[in-house]
Amino acid sequence: MKILVGIKRVVDYNVKIQVKPDGSGITTSNVKMSINPFDDIAIEAALQLKEAGKANEVIAITIGSKTCQEQLRTALAMGADRAIHIETDEEIQPLTCARILKAFVDKEKPELVILGKQAIDNDNSQTAQMLAALANWPQATFASSIEIEENTAIVTREIDAGLETLAIDLPAVISADLRLNKPRYIKLPDMMKAKRKSIETLTLEDFNIEQAELIKVLKTTRPTPRQSGIKVETVEELLSTLKKKGLI
Amino acid sequence: MNKVLIIAEHDGKNLNISTARTVTASQGIAESVEIVIFVDDGNIIATQAAAIAGVTKVLVVENPINKHAVSAILAPQIEAIANEYSHIFAPNTTFGKDLIPRVAALLGVPQVSNIMRVESPNIFDRPVYAGNAIVTVEAPNGAVVGTIRTASFPEAAGGGLASIEQCEIFVDIPTHTRFISLAANGDDDHPDLQAASKVIAGGRGLGSQENFNIIYSLADKMGAAVGASRAAVDAGFIPNSHQVGQTGKIIAPELYMAIGISGAIQHLAGIKDARTIVAINKDADAPIFEVADIGLVGDLFTIIPEIEKALG
Ligand SMILES: Cc1cc2nc3c(=O)[nH]c(=O)nc-3n(C[C@H](O)[C@H](O)[C@H](O)COP(=O)(O)OP(=O)(O)OC[C@H]3O[C@@H](n4cnc5c(N)ncnc54)[C@H](O)[C@@H]3O)c2cc1C
Repeated sequence: MKILVGIKRVVDYNVKIQVKPDGSGITTSNVKMSINPFDDIAIEAALQLKEAGKANEVIAITIGSKTCQEQLRTALAMGADRAIHIETDEEIQPLTCARILKAFVDKEKPELVILGKQAIDNDNSQTAQMLAALANWPQATFASSIEIEENTAIVTREIDAGLETLAIDLPAVISADLRLNKPRYIKLPDMMKAKRKSIETLTLEDFNIEQAELIKVLKTTRPTPRQSGIKVETVEELLSTLKKKGLI
Repeated sequence: MNKVLIIAEHDGKNLNISTARTVTASQGIAESVEIVIFVDDGNIIATQAAAIAGVTKVLVVENPINKHAVSAILAPQIEAIANEYSHIFAPNTTFGKDLIPRVAALLGVPQVSNIMRVESPNIFDRPVYAGNAIVTVEAPNGAVVGTIRTASFPEAAGGGLASIEQCEIFVDIPTHTRFISLAANGDDDHPDLQAASKVIAGGRGLGSQENFNIIYSLADKMGAAVGASRAAVDAGFIPNSHQVGQTGKIIAPELYMAIGISGAIQHLAGIKDARTIVAINKDADAPIFEVADIGLVGDLFTIIPEIEKALG
């Protein structure tokens, strides 16, 4: 079985982002960039399936500027067999991203696509579901466990009501949630080795896809900060403050 | 003329409160706000939906295939009726997040996720970067498909008298996705986290599943729902459905008490709209104190029993 994993380069989750004063976006220059944490989990899930003998090839794919190759190198260092870079400097929104992935899936025919459940920059949570729709494949989003039995995946999903289990026929799309696994730590020699591996580069022109209409960002602002509060010294003081507010 | 279609969220027995919040978000957009319920047997739910003020019509699509909300099964049915509507919305809960992108892709339109403010029928505010920035976005012409950030909108009032219509939809339904089970790990003894006016939440500072009982016990006493940080869920102190934050539930209670929670940005993303935040933490420099309305520095294991005792 061939598994395709989509990864996105995003501002590292530890960075406290800054909104540009002119409202044109957020500052990304000189900011630490990483693989979207959920995509990291997606790669790990694919590698674990391979190590369990359920898959024989793990392909990492990303769409974006030249700099995204850094994240593909990380995926290779983790153990991905191949890395595909679809190079573009255009803004790629989820529907277009899903169309590109669909075109790639048609060509490579993986039996399973694993993506992160959301990217922590735009927090959209759309691409996996859109890809599944375009391919008319099953989807199992927010996965916290995946088991492959023949041509079916049994996936447990973290939903608001608890843990839901679905059986989905392969080929299928799964999106990874936090508790699916703990991504492996990359060892330095693996990082060095990954530097020498090749990355296959494609462009949007290699795919015959129609770009979706864009959701236009008109402005970016800072959220209104919360008023700073008070410190109390004792439980008594805490409770009397809550009482005054009518909360107890 | 604008016409909104809201996909009802329910558990087969009752309408979820997120639906009435989605109605509120829709009210400035159109005179006509319809709710569609996909269900196997939906009389009670239909009656509940029809009673939401501002709803003009309730469509009920009763079919055994709709017993469980499986997006691959629901999406083609929504696609089949979509062309009558200018807007298709669902709450930004795991239900809506799973379903709506599938609908948008079938319709070939981009999606606006997690709408927190409606500026005009096609201009919306939404949070990005765990709520550390807000973008104002404009959806292109054509159907607007989106999810509504329920914490940003109050529940629409009751007293409505919408008409209820049974509706049959004939489309090919895939068999590739099968519901197996739901292990509901919500606890029935406490109010629902997403609807509760008070939430008592515990973090890694609780130290163990056993210790977490003091959070449940305080919540009992206060009639509050129980929340948790990711660290507490990861450590197995409490099930996933209690996680609050960027990747858990986003809530807006009157009172949120964060106990033994440091206040990571991902956690804060889930509580920014709480009216009053109380933080109890032994580390005076914990970031949670920067957003707390009332902070108390100290050991939770002495403070919580004291609170309980004082509450009687
Ligand atoms: C992609 C991504 C998504 C995430 N999504 C979420 C999310 O949705 N929700 C979420 O919560 N987190 C999320 N996180 C994790 C987040 O970054 C933090 O790791 C997490 O919130 C920390 O949980 P905590 O505050 O319980 O633990 P810690 O940060 O370890 O804090 C524990 C606190 O308890 C205090 N404490 C310890 N003992 C006591 C005591 N006896 N008395 C009083 N105080 C005590 C300590 O001083 C400390 O401040 C996410 C992370 C990533 C990378």
